[in-house]
Amino acid sequence: MKVAITSTGNTLESLLDQRFGRCACFVIYDTESKAIQFIPNPNKDAEEGTGSASVEFVASRAVQKIVSGRFGVKIEPILDSLKIQMIVIKEPKKKIKDIIKMLDH
Amino acid sequence: MSPRIKTLRKVQNPSLVKGFKPYGPDAGKQNSEPVILLYEEYEALRLCDYEMRNHHQASVLMGVSRPTFTRIYASALQKIAAGFVEGKRISIEGGKVYFDSDWYQCAGCKCYFNNPEKEKEIMNCPLCGNQQIAPFKSETPMDETMVTIKAE
Repeated sequence: MKVAITSTGNTLESLLDQRFGRCACFVIYDTESKAIQFIPNPNKDAEEGTGSASVEFVASRAVQKIVSGRFGVKIEPILDSLKIQMIVIKEPKKKIKDIIKMLDH
Repeated sequence: MSPRIKTLRKVQNPSLVKGFKPYGPDAGKQNSEPVILLYEEYEALRLCDYEMRNHHQASVLMGVSRPTFTRIYASALQKIAAGFVEGKRISIEGGKVYFDSDWYQCAGCKCYFNNPEKEKEIMNCPLCGNQQIAPFKSETPMDETMVTIKAE
């Protein structure tokens, strides 16, 4: 199963990005093959519509869960209808490697 | 000019049944078209008359304005009345809605998560696998963040 994590940078030491649409980087983690992929967010500096554009971007990679700090009101219903699970972590100091370790439980 | 697009209405859960059928000796005589009760109308009736909320509270829960909610509610009553009086079937379907899923909080890692598969019950935290999870009561966990951001 693939999980997307919003990240502030492209290393395992980077912190979780609290924003979804405008996060710097998406980390796509495959829980079965343990493959980790860093993809810079193409919508990072867009003026508007970043939320739905990012949802499309992530959904096209067949992700089933998204870990972020916050999801906007517009994308919540979209993710709900796509049956993508949202996981909200309210700790800004979480590192990507810690989240991956937790996902491996 | 095309009319304005309706805003999405939030419905907590789909109704248990798909509709209602009249019975009795004359029930099958007029095999007419069913009355179509939209999901949002069903939800309006549920919030108002089953959960005994007022129109204002119910409109907030459905994410529409209070006047819009009153219109949805009036339309629901009108349709149900038509079904009862004319002995028509009532079918609950359609409408511009989305289903809000339930949110949970994990006691282990303090994260929040929703349950996109409503039929299946969540047993473990999707992040750390902890079994101690509790339903999260607030509308969405996001509201809280917005408040803290404003407070700073």
